[in-house]
Amino acid sequence: MTNSILFLTIFLISISFFGWSCFRYFRLITLGKAENRFDHLGKRIRDLFLYSFAQRCSISGSYRFGVNHAILFWCFMILLVANTEFLLAGIFPDYINLANLPTGLYYTIALIFDIASLLALLAVLTAAGRRLFFPPKYIEARTRDAFFILGMVAVLMLAFFGLHSSEIAQGSERAALYMPISSFVASSILPGASTESLISLANISWWIHAIVLLCFLNYLPYSKHMHILTVIPNSFFKRLTRMSLQPREEFNKGNVFGVGQVDQFTWKALFDSYCCTECGRCSDVCPATSTNKPLNPRLVIHDIKENLLTNGPMLINKEQAKLPLIGGGQDGSIDEEVIWECTTCGACMEVCPAFIEHVPRITDMRRDLVEMKARFPQELLNFFENMEQRSNPWGIAPAERTKWAAKINVQPFEAGKTECLFFVGCAGAYDARSRHVTLAVTKILDSAGVSWGILGKDEPCCGDSLRRLGNEYVFDRMVKENIEMFKEKGVRKVITQCPHCYHTLKNDYRRYGIELEVVHHTELINNLIKEGRLELTQTRDLGNIAFHDSCYLGRYNNIYEAPRKAIALATNQAPVEMERHHDRSFCCGAGGGRMWMEEKIGKHINVLRIEEAMKENPETICVCCPYCMTMFEDGLKDKGADNRVKVLDLAEIIAKAIK
Amino acid sequence: MLVVVCIKQVPDTTQVKIDPVTGNLIREGVPFIMNPFDTHALEEGLRLKGKYGLNVAVISMGPPNTEITLRKALALGVDNAVLLSDRAFGGADTLATSKVLAEATRQLAQKEEVVIVLCGKQTIDGDTAQVGPGIATRLGYSQLTLVEHIENIDLQAKKIIARRKLEGRDEVVEASLPAMISVVREINTPRYPTVPMRLMAEGATVTLWDNKEMKLNEETIGLKGSATQVRKIFSPERAVGEILGDGAANPDEAANLLIDKLSEGGLILI
Ligand code: SF4
Ligand code: SF4
Repeated sequence: MTNSILFLTIFLISISFFGWSCFRYFRLITLGKAENRFDHLGKRIRDLFLYSFAQRCSISGSYRFGVNHAILFWCFMILLVANTEFLLAGIFPDYINLANLPTGLYYTIALIFDIASLLALLAVLTAAGRRLFFPPKYIEARTRDAFFILGMVAVLMLAFFGLHSSEIAQGSERAALYMPISSFVASSILPGASTESLISLANISWWIHAIVLLCFLNYLPYSKHMHILTVIPNSFFKRLTRMSLQPREEFNKGNVFGVGQVDQFTWKALFDSYCCTECGRCSDVCPATSTNKPLNPRLVIHDIKENLLTNGPMLINKEQAKLPLIGGGQDGSIDEEVIWECTTCGACMEVCPAFIEHVPRITDMRRDLVEMKARFPQELLNFFENMEQRSNPWGIAPAERTKWAAKINVQPFEAGKTECLFFVGCAGAYDARSRHVTLAVTKILDSAGVSWGILGKDEPCCGDSLRRLGNEYVFDRMVKENIEMFKEKGVRKVITQCPHCYHTLKNDYRRYGIELEVVHHTELINNLIKEGRLELTQTRDLGNIAFHDSCYLGRYNNIYEAPRKAIALATNQAPVEMERHHDRSFCCGAGGGRMWMEEKIGKHINVLRIEEAMKENPETICVCCPYCMTMFEDGLKDKGADNRVKVLDLAEIIAKAIK
Repeated sequence: MLVVVCIKQVPDTTQVKIDPVTGNLIREGVPFIMNPFDTHALEEGLRLKGKYGLNVAVISMGPPNTEITLRKALALGVDNAVLLSDRAFGGADTLATSKVLAEATRQLAQKEEVVIVLCGKQTIDGDTAQVGPGIATRLGYSQLTLVEHIENIDLQAKKIIARRKLEGRDEVVEASLPAMISVVREINTPRYPTVPMRLMAEGATVTLWDNKEMKLNEETIGLKGSATQVRKIFSPERAVGEILGDGAANPDEAANLLIDKLSEGGLILI
């Protein structure tokens, strides 16, 4: 039926071209620095199945069209087998032919292929329809690339039916009864056709199928559908912690710090850039993109890929890169302001179905700007110096750290005499509003009989913002000193009232070889209530309470329910949820060091969040973070709603309810 | 050609307390910083280096631990750091200090022509603003104090044009080089050190000059050479203030009371 020699030639040419494309692309990954993503093999293999084959990410949450993707994915997997057979049968028609299989098996496979082809066709039509009639917010989903690839898949399926229905009409297909769709086409369209025309239809269909299939294969690496090749391996390489922890840097002479050129990324970062499906989910949830700022996490990943494709071949030949990674002002280059706009909220990573890690890439580039080039927004100069000189963001004298406790009796932390260190945090110690929260926490600790003490004027900043802003050098020095002091004083259990202190002390400090038992006050309060150590009366005068999940508590550390339960117990009513909550919560705008920078472009993030909160008509907004507190109070003032709505920390709500 | 920047390591004054009983400064545990005005002088020196290709040396008189501050200057990119440290220099007032700094500049000038000496307008611990002018006088350099902008330097004609920030007005002046320039904060925004530079500075040499090197007459320097002697340090008594009205309950009334008070005292005109 086919001219095997002709086909073999075409096949060999196109498969070599495909192989060459893959080699060209994947060789560039070797430019990246080492990073171990082969640890915990068992867990990784489990993730591979869970996330790739079970399509957990595509379907998760509110992504209706993810189901469509899952169908397409599975049809694709099935048709991968079908098409491999098709290609091999084209080359060795006498040896490879499914019809040679035992009857039962052959019928089953024929049935599956027939139905999968129909489903794939429908899924492709749905996808095209969605792009035409319910377009995603961003424009690229409707590019020619997307329609072209959908069109190719559709033609493949139509050719499949063309081929099989003409074979059925000729009576040469013994599985005809088990190929309902092909049979339907054969009986409704083809009856009465002459044998010759049936033969030529089968022939034409076969060749269309073959050529389109080989084109599709070769088109893959040059389109966003590259992800078909990369995302499955990436579900094996994906991070094993909720948010990937930025690696430490070694401060030796001659080292390069951060990433200012694409080959300074790790191979995983480069591989990630090949995985983007351009689904746009990250852009939809990004607080910066949502407020019209130039940062768009999808484009950051896209630019890394473009940069690699442009510079990679030169770098492989040890030549100079020609397109700067940062500040080149064109496709494949990322603007400095983009890098500074990220709040490190982690929403992009949470929703990315391809397991791409955006935040560490942004911090890597911040490190380059701060550590190698000393270039950063001007506001940060004071911040950095205050941190280095006085270990707090405002540069206030350490002696004033205990002012909040002027009117109460506070023990200094002493191992043996006090069990827990209450790490007040810079905001809790210096910020006028947060000092009230600090007092509320102490009231709770005392009434539950927790043994606690403070470091007073010796308490350092944990260094969170430094690390997120890429000033790893100063962070590193501070952490080493802090850990020295913690060890000297025998600190083991730490209570924090700030999610940033919490995350930094708990997760970042671990990399320095200290395992602190850190608990955030939300967890602690919930535990104290559970253990019956806090007796609460139910306060009712707070009205509707809207709860805001802070990024570093929720997405970073998976604490969602503890504060909600505590509110419910203290007020006898569950908190009201805003439109975006739990892992889809929307950042207040202050994380990632943004607290210390001006928000010059676009709408203010905190205002957008306040508008969302106001839709629930709350009388109170409950937060668990001093930054959120500031951002929400400012946002309310901005909206002129500060006389109607109060912002309270969870600790304040609980302290009110203590008998 | 060389720019010499004079810097001083000072206690972080926001953290200095005075012992209420003895009246002495409690210096224990108080971190040291580079005098904030000097950070601007240093930055200006580095900018001149960039613009005119001059070399930059920093000098500082102080105890041995001043080395830390000099290393910070090295991390910012100066070519040479000299620590002037000797027991004989201790206890110096502005006169004795300016003699040591002037002599150090003179000795540097023997190896490389000095065109500009940069100082901060004053230090935050002494607040006298005398050392810069003192150096200029001892060296016979032109002196331009309170400079907020250097407009031009003509190295051939040995001329400098600078804008001085005076109360309520600016003054653009031309002077001949070499000149001592003391700067105000408005002159620039200091740079931040890169990590490779910090690492380099950790291992770089800070040159130490003691009085064996400087060969100054010990009677003219340090405590002995000082024209002023400190008798006593104390915080001035502060008259007890007065609370006007009740700002929380009636802010308008409180504001009116304040305005009346201020105009009574002739502090505002209404
Ligand atoms: S971490 Fe948040 S702010 Fe940063 S890119 Fe991702 S979604 Fe945007
Ligand atoms: S980075 Fe992830 S979430 Fe963003 S567009 Fe690409 S695949 Fe989608």
